[in-house]
Amino acid sequence: MIKKVSQHIVQEEPLVFELSSPGKRGYQLPELDVPAVDANAVLGSENVRGEISDFPEISEFEVVRHFTRLSTWNYAIDLGLYPLGSCTMKYNPRVNELVARTEGLAWAHPYQPDSLSQGCMEIVAALERALAEITGMDAVTLQPAAGAHGEFTGILMMRALLEKRGRARKKVLVPDSAHGTNPATASMVGYAVENIKSNERGMVDVEVLNRVMTEDVAGLMITNPNTVGVFEENIRKICGIIHDKGGLVYMDGANMNALVGIARPGEFGVDVMHLNLHKTFSTPHGGGGPGSGAVAVAKVLTPFLPSPRLKRDGEAWRWNYDLPDSIGRVRAYYGNFGVLVRALAYIMAHGGNGLRQATLDALLNANYLRVLLEPYYEIAYKAPSMHEAVFSDDRQAKKGVRTGDIAKRLIDYGFHPYTVSFPLIVRGALMIEPTETESKRELDLFIDAMISIAKEIEQNPELVLTAPHSTRTKRVDEVTAARKPVVRWTPKSNASQAAD
Amino acid sequence: MKYPENFKYTKEHEWVQVEGDEATIGITDHAQHELGDIVFVDLPKVGSKTTKGHTFGSVESVKAVSDIYAPVSGEIISVNDLLSKSPEKLNEDPHGAAWLIKLRLASPDETRDLLNAAEYEKYVGAES
Repeated sequence: MIKKVSQHIVQEEPLVFELSSPGKRGYQLPELDVPAVDANAVLGSENVRGEISDFPEISEFEVVRHFTRLSTWNYAIDLGLYPLGSCTMKYNPRVNELVARTEGLAWAHPYQPDSLSQGCMEIVAALERALAEITGMDAVTLQPAAGAHGEFTGILMMRALLEKRGRARKKVLVPDSAHGTNPATASMVGYAVENIKSNERGMVDVEVLNRVMTEDVAGLMITNPNTVGVFEENIRKICGIIHDKGGLVYMDGANMNALVGIARPGEFGVDVMHLNLHKTFSTPHGGGGPGSGAVAVAKVLTPFLPSPRLKRDGEAWRWNYDLPDSIGRVRAYYGNFGVLVRALAYIMAHGGNGLRQATLDALLNANYLRVLLEPYYEIAYKAPSMHEAVFSDDRQAKKGVRTGDIAKRLIDYGFHPYTVSFPLIVRGALMIEPTETESKRELDLFIDAMISIAKEIEQNPELVLTAPHSTRTKRVDEVTAARKPVVRWTPKSNASQAAD
Repeated sequence: MKYPENFKYTKEHEWVQVEGDEATIGITDHAQHELGDIVFVDLPKVGSKTTKGHTFGSVESVKAVSDIYAPVSGEIISVNDLLSKSPEKLNEDPHGAAWLIKLRLASPDETRDLLNAAEYEKYVGAES
C-alpha cells in the first residue's frame, strides 16, 4: 500500500489526537525578558491549571493539512443540490459576503460608541423596516440568534401581553403539522401543549380547532405553509377563531420562502412570527455562520419587544432602554450582526420584484419535481405543494425499503439526502425542498437519481437496503450507536501511539 | 399479533392491565413496530402522579421521540428498571417483560371507555 497518497485519496484520515507526536510544538514563544516567576508560589497551586493529558501535540502545518483534508469530505450547497425539506438550503450569494467584509462592518466592535456605529445601526434599522414590510407586521427585533430562539422570544411576548391583560392562560395549541421545535418552545415558556390533528388534506381542521379553543388557551403556534408543504387555506378563519377567544397567533416562519412577495402574514391575522434569515434570506447555515431568528410582531405586541430598541434622535440613531413593558434582552449586543448584513444585502440586491420572483421560482421548482416524481413515489397529500413536496415511502415499503434506505442510496448518486421520516404525520416521509436557486439541469439530475432508485427497489431492493456503496464509511449501525453510544475517543497504549 | 384479552387499549397505542386497584401500563406491539428499533425509554419517578390523557414518559427510537399517554390516572408505584439498560426489550416483548409502569388507580371507572382487544385490533387494522 502506498502510504503517502492513501490519506487524501481514500479518505483515511486519523484523528488529530492520533497524529500527535510527544514534545512537538505548533508555536515558539520569544525568550523571557523578565525574571521567571513560579506561578504556584504567586497564585497558589489550587489556582494553577495543570497539563491537559493526551492533548494533541502537532505542528501548525499539520493542523492545517488535517482540517483541510477533512473539509474535502464535506457535502455543501456549493457542491450540489441539498434538498433537505424545511431547511431551505439555497445558494448563499457571494455579493452578501462582499458586503459583509466591508472594512467598517467586518471590524465593527459592539462597544464602539453610538456616534461611531451609526452605519451599523442604519443597517439594522433598514433590515427591520424591510422585514416588517415583507411580513406585513408592525415591528421587528433582530436579537434572536436562531429560529427556536425566535420562537421563545415570540411566545414570551405573547405571555407578557396576556399577563398584562390579567391572565397568562394555560395552554398553547400546536397542530401536528407544525415544526418540531414549537411544542418545546411553548413548554419552555410554561405552557401545556395541546396537539391538534390535521384533516385528510394535511391542514388544520377548523371544526376541531373550534372545539379545543377556550379561554384557557394562550394561543396557537402554526407553521404556514406547514411541514407537509401545504398552505393553510383557512388561515384567516383560524386566526379569527383564536382571536375571538382572546388568544394570539404565532406563526413559525421557517417556510416563509413560499410566501415572500406573495402573501403577508400580518394581513391574514398573525400576531407574532419569526423568520429564519439563514433560510429565506440566504445567509449561510451552520458552519458557514451563525443563524438569525428575527421576530416580527403586530402592533399589539410591539411594546413587549426585547430591549433595547433603535430610536431616531434628530439626525442620529440611539439605543432606547426605556421600555417598561419589554420582556428584556434576549441576547448580548444586537443579534448576529454579520448575518444581518448579509440578509439586507440579499434583500436589496433582489428588490421587491426580485424577491417575489425567487418565491415563484421556489414554488415552480418544487412542483416540477413533484410532478415528475409522483408516478414513482406516493405524494402524502393531494393538496397543491408550495415550496416543498412531501412523499411517503408506502410503495417502496412493500418491497421492504424505507425512506432512510432511499436516502442512503441517494448518497451514492452524489446528492445530500432529503429530510427523512419528518413530518411524523406522514408514514416514512421523504421531505424534499429544492429551493429556487437550482437550475433545471440540477433538478433533472436529482429527479433521474430518484427515479433510478425507485426502479432499483423494484428489481433489486438489496442494492438499496445495503447502500451507501461509494462512501468511505459504509452503512453504520445506527441502532447500536444509539443504544450503546461511544461518545469519547480513548487513547491506545502509549507504545502503539509512539510508533509514528 | 394476538392482543391479550385481559388488557384494555387506547387509540394512542398504550395498554393497561387492571388487577384490583393496581394497573400495569405498556405500549402495544403495533406501537413498537411502528416506532422501529427503540433506543431509550424515559419513565417517571415512583411516587409521582399522572392523569389520564397526560404524558408520563417517552420512547425514543432511531426515527423519533414519542410521548406515552396515561390510559388511567393514579400514583406511580413501580417503574420497569429493565428498560433503562435494555430498551430493546420493548421491541421483543411489549405485552410482557417490557411493561413500563405500575400505578395505583385513582378512579377505576376510567378504564370503561378504553378499547377491548377486538376493538383495538380492528382499530390498528384500519389504521395501517
